Amino acid sequence: MSTPAAIGNPALRDPHATRRLAAWAAALAIAWPMLSLSEFKPWALFGSGNLAVIGGFLAGFFPPDGSPAFLALLFKATLETLAMATAGTALALLIGAPLGFVTTRALSISRIGPGPGRVQAGVVRQAARWLLMVLRAIPEIVWALLFVRALGLGPASGVLALAITYGGMLGKVYAEILESADTRPARALLEGGSGRLAALCYGLLPNTAQELASYTVYRWECAVRASVVMGFVGAGGLGQLMDQSMKMLNGGEASSILLVFLALVLLADLLSSALRRLLA
Amino acid sequence: MTTKTLPPRPAPCWRCRIALLLIGTAVVASFAYLGIDYRALGSMESLRLMGKFIVEFFPPDLSPDFLAKAGTGALQTLAVSALGTVLAALAGAVLALPASGRAGWLPRHAARFALNLLRSVPELVWAALMVLAAGIGPFAGALALSLHTTGVLGRLFAEALENAPREPEQALTLSGANAVTAFSYASLPLVLPQWVAYTLYRWEMNIRMAAVLGFVGGGGLGQLLYFHLSIFQQQQAMTVLIAMFVLVTLVDFASARLRKGLGPAYA
Repeated sequence: MSTPAAIGNPALRDPHATRRLAAWAAALAIAWPMLSLSEFKPWALFGSGNLAVIGGFLAGFFPPDGSPAFLALLFKATLETLAMATAGTALALLIGAPLGFVTTRALSISRIGPGPGRVQAGVVRQAARWLLMVLRAIPEIVWALLFVRALGLGPASGVLALAITYGGMLGKVYAEILESADTRPARALLEGGSGRLAALCYGLLPNTAQELASYTVYRWECAVRASVVMGFVGAGGLGQLMDQSMKMLNGGEASSILLVFLALVLLADLLSSALRRLLA
Repeated sequence: MTTKTLPPRPAPCWRCRIALLLIGTAVVASFAYLGIDYRALGSMESLRLMGKFIVEFFPPDLSPDFLAKAGTGALQTLAVSALGTVLAALAGAVLALPASGRAGWLPRHAARFALNLLRSVPELVWAALMVLAAGIGPFAGALALSLHTTGVLGRLFAEALENAPREPEQALTLSGANAVTAFSYASLPLVLPQWVAYTLYRWEMNIRMAAVLGFVGGGGLGQLLYFHLSIFQQQQAMTVLIAMFVLVTLVDFASARLRKGLGPAYA
Protein backbone atom coordinates (compact mmCIF):
# COMPACT_ATOMS: atom_id res chain seq x y z
CA MET A 1 0.00 0.00 0.00
CA SER A 2 2.86 2.33 0.77
CA THR A 3 4.51 1.87 -2.62
CA PRO A 4 4.91 5.06 -4.66
CA ALA A 5 2.49 3.68 -7.22
CA ALA A 6 -0.28 3.50 -4.60
CA ILE A 7 0.30 7.13 -3.56
CA GLY A 8 -0.01 8.24 -7.14
CA ASN A 9 -3.15 6.19 -7.68
CA PRO A 10 -6.13 8.51 -7.06
CA ALA A 11 -8.38 5.59 -6.18
CA LEU A 12 -6.24 4.73 -3.16
CA ARG A 13 -5.87 8.29 -1.86
CA ASP A 14 -7.68 9.24 1.37
CA PRO A 15 -10.67 11.31 0.21
CA HIS A 16 -10.74 13.17 3.52
CA ALA A 17 -7.02 14.01 3.49
CA THR A 18 -7.43 17.80 3.27
CA ARG A 19 -10.21 17.84 5.85
CA ARG A 20 -8.19 15.74 8.28
CA LEU A 21 -5.16 17.97 7.79
CA ALA A 22 -7.26 21.09 8.44
CA ALA A 23 -8.72 19.54 11.60
CA TRP A 24 -5.26 18.72 12.94
CA ALA A 25 -4.03 22.22 12.12
CA ALA A 26 -7.03 23.77 13.92
CA ALA A 27 -6.51 21.50 16.93
CA LEU A 28 -2.85 22.53 17.15
CA ALA A 29 -3.77 26.21 16.77
CA ILE A 30 -6.16 25.89 19.73
CA ALA A 31 -3.81 23.72 21.75
CA TRP A 32 -0.84 26.06 21.58
CA PRO A 33 -2.30 29.03 23.55
CA MET A 34 -4.00 26.54 25.86
CA LEU A 35 -0.71 24.86 26.70
CA SER A 36 1.03 28.16 27.31
CA LEU A 37 -1.87 29.43 29.47
CA SER A 38 -1.81 26.34 31.63
CA GLU A 39 2.00 26.62 31.90
CA PHE A 40 2.53 23.13 30.50
CA LYS A 41 6.07 22.38 31.63
CA PRO A 42 6.55 18.65 32.11
CA TRP A 43 10.25 19.17 32.72
CA ALA A 44 9.36 21.05 35.93
CA LEU A 45 8.49 17.63 37.32
CA PHE A 46 12.09 16.54 36.92
CA GLY A 47 13.69 19.73 38.16
CA SER A 48 16.15 18.74 40.90
CA GLY A 49 14.38 20.72 43.64
CA ASN A 50 10.89 19.36 42.99
CA LEU A 51 12.09 15.81 42.51
CA ALA A 52 13.88 15.88 45.86
CA VAL A 53 10.84 17.33 47.67
CA ILE A 54 8.26 14.90 46.30
CA GLY A 55 10.72 11.99 46.48
CA GLY A 56 11.40 12.62 50.16
CA PHE A 57 7.71 13.07 50.86
CA LEU A 58 6.68 9.88 49.05
CA ALA A 59 9.54 7.93 50.65
CA GLY A 60 8.06 8.93 54.02
CA PHE A 61 4.76 7.30 53.04
CA PHE A 62 6.11 3.95 54.13
CA PRO A 63 5.61 3.00 56.89
CA PRO A 64 2.40 4.91 57.73
CA ASP A 65 2.51 6.74 61.05
CA GLY A 66 0.99 4.45 63.70
CA SER A 67 2.01 6.16 66.92
CA PRO A 68 -0.79 6.10 69.55
CA ALA A 69 -0.86 9.90 69.87
CA PHE A 70 -1.33 10.38 66.14
CA LEU A 71 -3.86 7.57 65.89
CA ALA A 72 -5.95 9.24 68.62
CA LEU A 73 -5.82 12.49 66.66
CA LEU A 74 -6.76 10.64 63.49
CA PHE A 75 -9.71 8.94 65.19
CA LYS A 76 -11.02 12.27 66.43
CA ALA A 77 -10.68 13.82 62.97
CA THR A 78 -12.50 10.86 61.37
CA LEU A 79 -15.40 11.19 63.82
CA GLU A 80 -15.48 14.91 63.14
CA THR A 81 -15.65 14.31 59.38
CA LEU A 82 -18.52 11.84 59.78
CA ALA A 83 -20.36 14.17 62.14
CA MET A 84 -19.91 17.08 59.72
CA ALA A 85 -21.34 15.06 56.84
CA THR A 86 -24.32 13.84 58.91
CA ALA A 87 -25.14 17.22 60.44
CA GLY A 88 -24.69 18.97 57.08
CA THR A 89 -27.00 16.51 55.32
CA ALA A 90 -29.61 16.87 58.08
CA LEU A 91 -29.59 20.67 57.73
CA ALA A 92 -29.67 20.34 53.95
CA LEU A 93 -32.79 18.20 54.32
CA LEU A 94 -34.38 20.99 56.36
CA ILE A 95 -33.60 23.48 53.59
CA GLY A 96 -34.25 21.24 50.60
CA ALA A 97 -37.47 19.46 51.56
CA PRO A 98 -39.68 22.59 51.95
CA LEU A 99 -38.21 24.20 48.83
CA GLY A 100 -38.74 21.02 46.84
CA PHE A 101 -42.31 20.86 48.09
CA VAL A 102 -42.91 24.47 47.02
CA THR A 103 -41.31 24.18 43.58
CA THR A 104 -42.60 20.83 42.38
CA ARG A 105 -45.03 21.01 39.48
CA ALA A 106 -46.73 17.82 40.62
CA LEU A 107 -48.55 19.73 43.37
CA SER A 108 -49.32 22.86 41.38
CA ILE A 109 -52.99 23.78 41.65
CA SER A 110 -52.67 26.45 38.99
CA ARG A 111 -51.70 23.79 36.43
CA ILE A 112 -55.08 22.15 36.92
CA GLY A 113 -56.97 25.28 36.01
CA PRO A 114 -57.35 28.97 36.69
CA GLY A 115 -58.20 29.84 40.25
CA PRO A 116 -57.61 32.45 42.89
CA GLY A 117 -54.03 33.22 43.89
CA ARG A 118 -52.59 31.98 40.64
CA VAL A 119 -50.20 34.88 40.15
CA GLN A 120 -48.89 34.83 43.73
CA ALA A 121 -48.32 31.06 43.54
CA GLY A 122 -46.39 31.47 40.28
CA VAL A 123 -44.22 34.21 41.77
CA VAL A 124 -43.47 32.16 44.90
CA ARG A 125 -42.63 29.09 42.85
CA GLN A 126 -40.30 30.97 40.51
CA ALA A 127 -38.59 32.71 43.44
CA ALA A 128 -38.03 29.38 45.20
CA ARG A 129 -36.63 27.92 41.99
CA TRP A 130 -34.13 30.76 41.65
CA LEU A 131 -33.18 30.41 45.29
CA LEU A 132 -32.45 26.71 44.73
CA MET A 133 -30.36 27.57 41.68
CA VAL A 134 -28.27 30.14 43.55
CA LEU A 135 -27.79 27.77 46.49
CA ARG A 136 -26.32 25.00 44.38
CA ALA A 137 -24.52 27.15 41.77
CA ILE A 138 -21.55 27.85 44.06
CA PRO A 139 -19.53 24.73 44.98
CA GLU A 140 -19.54 23.75 48.67
CA ILE A 141 -15.81 24.33 49.01
CA VAL A 142 -16.22 28.00 48.02
CA TRP A 143 -18.89 28.42 50.68
CA ALA A 144 -16.59 26.66 53.14
CA LEU A 145 -13.74 29.05 52.31
CA LEU A 146 -16.02 32.06 52.80
CA PHE A 147 -17.42 30.72 56.10
CA VAL A 148 -13.93 29.97 57.38
CA ARG A 149 -13.05 33.63 56.81
CA ALA A 150 -16.24 34.73 58.57
CA LEU A 151 -16.47 32.23 61.45
CA GLY A 152 -12.90 31.04 61.88
CA LEU A 153 -11.40 27.55 61.49
CA GLY A 154 -13.54 24.60 62.51
CA PRO A 155 -16.31 22.24 61.49
CA ALA A 156 -19.10 24.87 61.74
CA SER A 157 -18.08 26.30 58.35
CA GLY A 158 -18.14 22.87 56.74
CA VAL A 159 -21.58 22.04 58.14
CA LEU A 160 -23.05 25.35 56.92
CA ALA A 161 -21.42 25.01 53.48
CA LEU A 162 -22.80 21.48 53.07
CA ALA A 163 -26.24 22.61 54.25
CA ILE A 164 -26.39 25.38 51.64
CA THR A 165 -25.10 23.54 48.56
CA TYR A 166 -26.71 20.19 49.32
CA GLY A 167 -29.95 21.92 50.34
CA GLY A 168 -30.10 23.37 46.82
CA MET A 169 -29.37 20.00 45.21
CA LEU A 170 -31.83 18.07 47.40
CA GLY A 171 -34.60 20.61 46.72
CA LYS A 172 -34.16 20.37 42.98
CA VAL A 173 -33.95 16.59 42.88
CA TYR A 174 -36.88 16.14 45.30
CA ALA A 175 -39.06 18.30 43.03
CA GLU A 176 -37.98 16.24 40.01
CA ILE A 177 -38.62 12.90 41.74
CA LEU A 178 -42.11 14.03 42.75
CA GLU A 179 -42.78 15.09 39.14
CA SER A 180 -41.48 11.87 37.61
CA ALA A 181 -43.77 9.63 39.71
CA ASP A 182 -47.39 8.87 38.88
CA THR A 183 -49.04 12.20 39.72
CA ARG A 184 -52.64 11.15 39.12
CA PRO A 185 -53.47 10.27 42.76
CA ALA A 186 -52.23 13.69 43.92
CA ARG A 187 -54.09 15.39 41.14
CA ALA A 188 -57.31 13.57 42.03
CA LEU A 189 -56.91 14.68 45.65
CA LEU A 190 -56.24 18.28 44.61
CA GLU A 191 -59.23 18.30 42.28
CA GLY A 192 -61.34 16.90 45.10
CA GLY A 193 -60.41 19.95 47.13
CA SER A 194 -57.72 18.63 49.47
CA GLY A 195 -54.80 20.80 50.51
CA ARG A 196 -51.35 20.53 48.98
CA LEU A 197 -49.81 18.98 52.08
CA ALA A 198 -52.48 16.27 52.23
CA ALA A 199 -52.04 15.62 48.50
CA LEU A 200 -48.30 15.25 49.07
CA CYS A 201 -48.69 12.85 52.00
CA TYR A 202 -51.45 10.64 50.59
CA GLY A 203 -51.01 11.05 46.83
CA LEU A 204 -47.28 11.30 46.17
CA LEU A 205 -45.24 10.10 49.14
CA PRO A 206 -46.46 6.46 49.12
CA ASN A 207 -45.04 6.10 45.61
CA THR A 208 -41.89 8.17 45.96
CA ALA A 209 -40.74 7.79 49.57
CA GLN A 210 -38.22 5.07 48.72
CA GLU A 211 -36.63 7.02 45.92
CA LEU A 212 -36.49 10.21 47.99
CA ALA A 213 -34.87 8.41 50.92
CA SER A 214 -32.45 6.59 48.65
CA TYR A 215 -31.30 9.83 47.04
CA THR A 216 -30.85 11.44 50.47
CA VAL A 217 -28.64 8.55 51.60
CA TYR A 218 -26.62 8.85 48.39
CA ARG A 219 -26.12 12.57 49.11
CA TRP A 220 -24.87 11.69 52.59
CA GLU A 221 -22.27 9.46 50.96
CA CYS A 222 -21.20 12.38 48.75
CA ALA A 223 -21.15 14.62 51.84
CA VAL A 224 -18.59 12.34 53.53
CA ARG A 225 -16.25 12.79 50.59
CA ALA A 226 -16.96 16.52 50.39
CA SER A 227 -16.29 17.10 54.08
CA VAL A 228 -12.82 15.58 53.73
CA VAL A 229 -12.10 17.88 50.82
CA MET A 230 -13.48 20.94 52.63
CA GLY A 231 -10.98 20.38 55.40
CA PHE A 232 -8.30 21.62 53.01
CA VAL A 233 -9.61 25.17 53.35
CA GLY A 234 -9.77 24.85 57.14
CA ALA A 235 -13.21 23.37 57.81
CA GLY A 236 -11.94 20.73 60.24
CA GLY A 237 -11.87 16.94 60.08
CA LEU A 238 -9.55 14.66 58.11
CA GLY A 239 -8.89 17.20 55.36
CA GLN A 240 -7.49 19.79 57.71
CA LEU A 241 -5.24 17.18 59.27
CA MET A 242 -4.04 16.09 55.82
CA ASP A 243 -3.40 19.69 54.81
CA GLN A 244 -1.22 20.17 57.90
CA SER A 245 0.72 16.94 57.28
CA MET A 246 1.33 17.89 53.66
CA LYS A 247 2.50 21.38 54.55
CA MET A 248 4.95 19.85 57.04
CA LEU A 249 5.95 17.27 54.40
CA ASN A 250 5.28 14.47 56.87
CA GLY A 251 4.83 11.49 54.54
CA GLY A 252 4.05 8.93 57.26
CA GLU A 253 1.15 10.95 58.62
CA ALA A 254 -0.13 11.73 55.13
CA SER A 255 -0.19 8.06 54.15
CA SER A 256 -2.04 7.08 57.37
CA ILE A 257 -4.64 9.77 56.68
CA LEU A 258 -4.99 8.67 53.05
CA LEU A 259 -5.53 5.05 54.13
CA VAL A 260 -8.17 6.11 56.68
CA PHE A 261 -9.82 8.31 54.05
CA LEU A 262 -10.01 5.44 51.54
CA ALA A 263 -11.43 3.13 54.23
CA LEU A 264 -13.97 5.79 55.22
CA VAL A 265 -15.17 6.27 51.64
CA LEU A 266 -15.48 2.51 51.22
CA LEU A 267 -17.40 2.27 54.50
CA ALA A 268 -19.77 5.10 53.56
CA ASP A 269 -20.33 3.39 50.22
CA LEU A 270 -21.18 0.07 51.91
CA LEU A 271 -23.39 1.69 54.55
CA SER A 272 -25.29 3.72 51.98
CA SER A 273 -25.92 0.74 49.70
CA ALA A 274 -27.05 -1.33 52.72
CA LEU A 275 -29.45 1.44 53.80
CA ARG A 276 -30.79 1.78 50.27
CA ARG A 277 -31.35 -1.97 50.04
CA LEU A 278 -33.24 -1.82 53.34
CA LEU A 279 -35.47 0.92 51.92
CA ALA A 280 -36.08 -0.83 48.61
CA MET B 1 -70.56 -2.60 58.48
CA THR B 2 -67.71 -0.80 56.83
CA THR B 3 -65.11 -2.40 59.10
CA LYS B 4 -65.71 -5.73 57.44
CA THR B 5 -64.71 -4.44 53.99
CA LEU B 6 -61.51 -2.72 55.13
CA PRO B 7 -58.31 -4.63 54.32
CA PRO B 8 -56.25 -5.75 57.33
CA ARG B 9 -53.85 -3.21 58.78
CA PRO B 10 -50.36 -3.84 57.32
CA ALA B 11 -47.75 -5.26 59.67
CA PRO B 12 -45.50 -2.59 61.13
CA CYS B 13 -42.06 -2.41 59.46
CA TRP B 14 -39.71 -2.97 62.40
CA ARG B 15 -36.59 -2.80 60.32
CA CYS B 16 -37.59 0.63 58.98
CA ARG B 17 -38.35 1.88 62.49
CA ILE B 18 -35.02 0.65 63.82
CA ALA B 19 -33.21 2.24 60.86
CA LEU B 20 -35.05 5.53 61.43
CA LEU B 21 -34.20 5.42 65.13
CA LEU B 22 -30.53 4.78 64.36
CA ILE B 23 -30.42 7.58 61.80
CA GLY B 24 -32.07 9.97 64.27
CA THR B 25 -29.54 9.00 66.94
CA ALA B 26 -26.68 9.55 64.48
CA VAL B 27 -27.94 13.03 63.59
CA VAL B 28 -28.38 14.07 67.23
CA ALA B 29 -24.98 12.59 68.14
CA SER B 30 -23.34 14.47 65.25
CA PHE B 31 -24.68 17.83 66.36
CA ALA B 32 -23.71 17.04 69.95
CA TYR B 33 -20.20 15.89 68.97
CA LEU B 34 -19.47 18.94 66.84
CA GLY B 35 -20.58 21.15 69.74
CA ILE B 36 -21.06 24.18 67.54
CA ASP B 37 -22.11 27.16 69.66
CA TYR B 38 -25.32 28.02 67.83
CA ARG B 39 -26.27 30.65 70.35
CA ALA B 40 -23.01 32.46 69.66
CA LEU B 41 -23.63 32.05 65.91
CA GLY B 42 -27.05 33.63 66.25
CA SER B 43 -26.12 36.36 68.73
CA MET B 44 -26.43 40.01 67.78
CA GLU B 45 -22.69 40.51 67.99
CA SER B 46 -21.83 37.75 65.53
CA LEU B 47 -24.72 38.66 63.24
CA ARG B 48 -23.36 42.21 63.16
CA LEU B 49 -19.89 40.90 62.32
CA MET B 50 -21.35 38.67 59.60
CA GLY B 51 -23.25 41.63 58.16
CA LYS B 52 -20.10 43.73 58.16
CA PHE B 53 -18.22 40.88 56.45
CA ILE B 54 -20.87 40.61 53.76
CA VAL B 55 -21.02 44.38 53.16
CA GLU B 56 -17.26 44.41 52.56
CA PHE B 57 -17.82 42.33 49.42
CA PHE B 58 -19.77 45.16 47.77
CA PRO B 59 -19.42 46.73 45.35
CA PRO B 60 -17.39 44.22 43.33
CA ASP B 61 -14.22 45.59 41.77
CA LEU B 62 -15.17 46.19 38.12
CA SER B 63 -12.13 48.22 37.05
CA PRO B 64 -10.90 47.19 33.59
CA ASP B 65 -7.56 46.08 34.98
CA PHE B 66 -9.10 43.65 37.42
CA LEU B 67 -11.71 42.44 34.94
CA ALA B 68 -8.86 41.57 32.58
CA LYS B 69 -7.18 39.67 35.42
CA ALA B 70 -10.37 37.76 36.21
CA GLY B 71 -10.86 37.04 32.50
CA THR B 72 -7.35 35.59 32.29
CA GLY B 73 -8.13 33.52 35.36
CA ALA B 74 -11.28 32.16 33.72
CA LEU B 75 -9.36 31.34 30.51
CA GLN B 76 -6.68 29.65 32.59
CA THR B 77 -9.35 27.59 34.36
CA LEU B 78 -10.70 26.51 30.96
CA ALA B 79 -7.20 25.66 29.73
CA VAL B 80 -6.41 23.65 32.89
CA SER B 81 -9.63 21.67 32.59
CA ALA B 82 -9.11 21.02 28.87
CA LEU B 83 -5.49 19.94 29.27
CA GLY B 84 -6.34 17.76 32.26
CA THR B 85 -9.16 16.08 30.34
CA VAL B 86 -7.09 15.50 27.19
CA LEU B 87 -4.22 13.96 29.17
CA ALA B 88 -6.72 11.84 31.10
CA ALA B 89 -8.44 10.64 27.93
CA LEU B 90 -5.08 9.54 26.47
CA ALA B 91 -3.94 7.82 29.66
CA GLY B 92 -7.41 6.35 30.22
CA ALA B 93 -7.43 4.83 26.73
CA VAL B 94 -3.99 3.29 27.29
CA LEU B 95 -5.05 1.78 30.65
CA ALA B 96 -8.47 0.70 29.35
CA LEU B 97 -6.88 -1.75 26.88
CA PRO B 98 -5.48 -4.09 29.57
CA ALA B 99 -8.36 -3.28 31.96
CA SER B 100 -10.90 -4.60 29.45
CA GLY B 101 -9.30 -8.03 29.77
CA ARG B 102 -7.80 -8.34 26.29
CA ALA B 103 -4.30 -9.00 27.67
CA GLY B 104 -5.22 -11.69 30.17
CA TRP B 105 -6.10 -12.00 33.84
CA LEU B 106 -3.10 -10.40 35.54
CA PRO B 107 -2.88 -7.20 33.43
CA ARG B 108 -6.64 -6.81 33.76
CA HIS B 109 -6.60 -6.82 37.54
CA ALA B 110 -3.42 -4.75 37.77
CA ALA B 111 -4.91 -2.08 35.50
CA ARG B 112 -8.22 -2.12 37.37
CA PHE B 113 -6.41 -1.70 40.68
CA ALA B 114 -4.45 1.27 39.31
CA LEU B 115 -7.63 2.87 37.96
CA ASN B 116 -9.48 2.39 41.25
CA LEU B 117 -6.60 3.91 43.17
CA LEU B 118 -6.46 6.94 40.85
CA ARG B 119 -10.21 7.39 41.07
CA SER B 120 -10.65 7.08 44.82
CA VAL B 121 -8.34 9.99 45.68
CA PRO B 122 -10.22 13.27 45.11
CA GLU B 123 -8.89 15.91 42.71
CA LEU B 124 -8.13 18.33 45.51
CA VAL B 125 -5.91 15.83 47.33
CA TRP B 126 -4.09 15.05 44.09
CA ALA B 127 -3.67 18.80 43.59
CA ALA B 128 -2.10 19.20 47.03
CA LEU B 129 0.34 16.41 46.10
CA MET B 130 1.04 17.75 42.61
CA VAL B 131 1.83 21.20 43.99
CA LEU B 132 4.75 19.51 45.74
CA ALA B 133 5.79 17.75 42.53
CA ALA B 134 5.36 20.52 39.96
CA GLY B 135 5.29 23.70 42.04
CA ILE B 136 2.36 26.07 42.59
CA GLY B 137 0.61 26.90 39.33
CA PRO B 138 -1.90 25.78 36.73
CA PHE B 139 0.23 22.84 35.57
CA ALA B 140 -0.15 21.20 38.99
CA GLY B 141 -3.92 21.66 38.70
CA ALA B 142 -3.99 20.10 35.23
CA LEU B 143 -1.94 17.12 36.44
CA ALA B 144 -4.22 16.62 39.44
CA LEU B 145 -7.33 16.71 37.27
CA SER B 146 -5.81 14.29 34.79
CA LEU B 147 -4.81 11.79 37.51
CA HIS B 148 -8.31 11.55 38.98
CA THR B 149 -10.05 11.71 35.59
CA THR B 150 -7.78 8.95 34.21
CA GLY B 151 -9.22 6.65 36.86
CA VAL B 152 -12.80 7.57 35.96
CA LEU B 153 -12.40 7.54 32.18
CA GLY B 154 -10.23 4.41 32.12
CA ARG B 155 -12.96 2.45 33.85
CA LEU B 156 -15.71 3.80 31.60
CA PHE B 157 -13.60 3.22 28.47
CA ALA B 158 -12.84 -0.36 29.54
CA GLU B 159 -16.52 -1.05 30.13
CA ALA B 160 -17.39 0.32 26.69
CA LEU B 161 -14.72 -1.94 25.16
CA GLU B 162 -16.01 -4.99 27.01
CA ASN B 163 -19.56 -4.34 25.83
CA ALA B 164 -18.60 -3.84 22.19
CA PRO B 165 -19.01 -6.90 19.93
CA ARG B 166 -15.77 -8.81 19.29
CA GLU B 167 -16.66 -10.30 15.91
CA PRO B 168 -15.43 -7.49 13.59
CA GLU B 169 -11.98 -7.58 15.18
CA GLN B 170 -11.86 -11.37 15.04
CA ALA B 171 -12.80 -11.26 11.37
CA LEU B 172 -9.93 -8.91 10.58
CA THR B 173 -7.48 -10.94 12.69
CA LEU B 174 -8.52 -14.18 11.01
CA SER B 175 -8.04 -12.66 7.57
CA GLY B 176 -4.46 -11.77 8.47
CA ALA B 177 -4.46 -8.26 9.91
CA ASN B 178 -2.06 -7.59 12.76
CA ALA B 179 -3.37 -6.71 16.25
CA VAL B 180 -2.99 -2.92 15.95
CA THR B 181 -4.72 -2.75 12.57
CA ALA B 182 -7.52 -5.06 13.68
CA PHE B 183 -8.15 -2.97 16.81
CA SER B 184 -8.07 0.40 15.11
CA TYR B 185 -10.27 -0.56 12.14
CA ALA B 186 -12.75 -2.88 13.90
CA SER B 187 -13.10 -2.13 17.63
CA LEU B 188 -12.08 1.51 17.87
CA PRO B 189 -14.78 2.86 15.50
CA LEU B 190 -17.38 1.00 17.58
CA VAL B 191 -16.39 2.53 20.92
CA LEU B 192 -15.07 5.91 19.82
CA PRO B 193 -18.43 7.80 19.89
CA GLN B 194 -19.03 6.60 23.43
CA TRP B 195 -15.47 7.46 24.49
CA VAL B 196 -15.86 10.98 23.09
CA ALA B 197 -19.21 11.42 24.87
CA TYR B 198 -17.72 10.31 28.21
CA THR B 199 -14.74 12.62 27.72
CA LEU B 200 -16.93 15.64 26.98
CA TYR B 201 -19.02 14.87 30.04
CA ARG B 202 -15.97 14.68 32.28
CA TRP B 203 -14.62 17.89 30.74
CA GLU B 204 -17.79 19.64 31.85
CA MET B 205 -17.29 18.38 35.42
CA ASN B 206 -13.60 19.27 35.30
CA ILE B 207 -14.30 22.91 34.40
CA ARG B 208 -16.23 23.19 37.65
CA MET B 209 -13.48 21.41 39.54
CA ALA B 210 -10.67 23.46 37.96
CA ALA B 211 -12.34 26.61 39.27
CA VAL B 212 -11.69 25.51 42.87
CA LEU B 213 -8.39 23.60 42.51
CA GLY B 214 -6.60 26.91 42.95
CA PHE B 215 -7.41 26.84 46.67
CA VAL B 216 -4.49 24.48 47.16
CA GLY B 217 -2.33 26.11 44.46
CA GLY B 218 -3.69 24.74 41.19
CA GLY B 219 -4.00 28.05 39.30
CA GLY B 220 -7.02 29.63 37.64
CA LEU B 221 -9.93 31.45 39.28
CA GLY B 222 -9.59 29.53 42.55
CA GLN B 223 -6.07 30.73 43.16
CA LEU B 224 -7.16 34.31 42.46
CA LEU B 225 -10.05 33.99 44.92
CA TYR B 226 -7.87 32.44 47.61
CA PHE B 227 -5.21 35.12 47.14
CA HIS B 228 -7.60 38.07 47.38
CA LEU B 229 -9.47 36.63 50.35
CA SER B 230 -6.15 36.04 52.12
CA ILE B 231 -5.15 39.69 51.84
CA PHE B 232 -8.66 40.85 52.77
CA GLN B 233 -9.54 42.31 49.37
CA GLN B 234 -13.18 41.27 49.53
CA GLN B 235 -14.30 43.43 46.59
CA GLN B 236 -11.83 41.74 44.23
CA ALA B 237 -12.87 38.37 45.67
CA MET B 238 -16.49 39.20 44.82
CA THR B 239 -15.54 39.84 41.19
CA VAL B 240 -13.83 36.44 41.06
CA LEU B 241 -16.90 34.81 42.64
CA ILE B 242 -19.10 36.39 39.97
CA ALA B 243 -16.71 35.18 37.27
CA MET B 244 -16.92 31.63 38.70
CA PHE B 245 -20.70 31.81 38.78
CA VAL B 246 -20.85 33.02 35.16
CA LEU B 247 -18.39 30.35 33.99
CA VAL B 248 -20.27 27.51 35.69
CA THR B 249 -23.66 28.76 34.48
CA LEU B 250 -22.37 29.09 30.90
CA VAL B 251 -20.98 25.56 31.00
CA ASP B 252 -24.30 24.23 32.35
CA PHE B 253 -26.20 26.03 29.61
CA ALA B 254 -23.87 24.91 26.82
CA SER B 255 -23.85 21.30 27.95
CA ALA B 256 -27.65 21.23 28.21
CA ARG B 257 -27.86 22.51 24.62
CA LEU B 258 -25.26 20.01 23.40
CA ARG B 259 -26.83 17.14 25.29
CA LYS B 260 -30.13 17.64 23.48
CA GLY B 261 -28.29 17.07 20.19
CA LEU B 262 -26.19 14.15 21.39
CA GLY B 263 -29.08 12.22 22.88
CA PRO B 264 -28.64 8.81 24.44
CA ALA B 265 -24.91 8.51 23.73
CA TYR B 266 -24.45 10.91 26.63
CA ALA B 267 -26.14 8.73 29.23
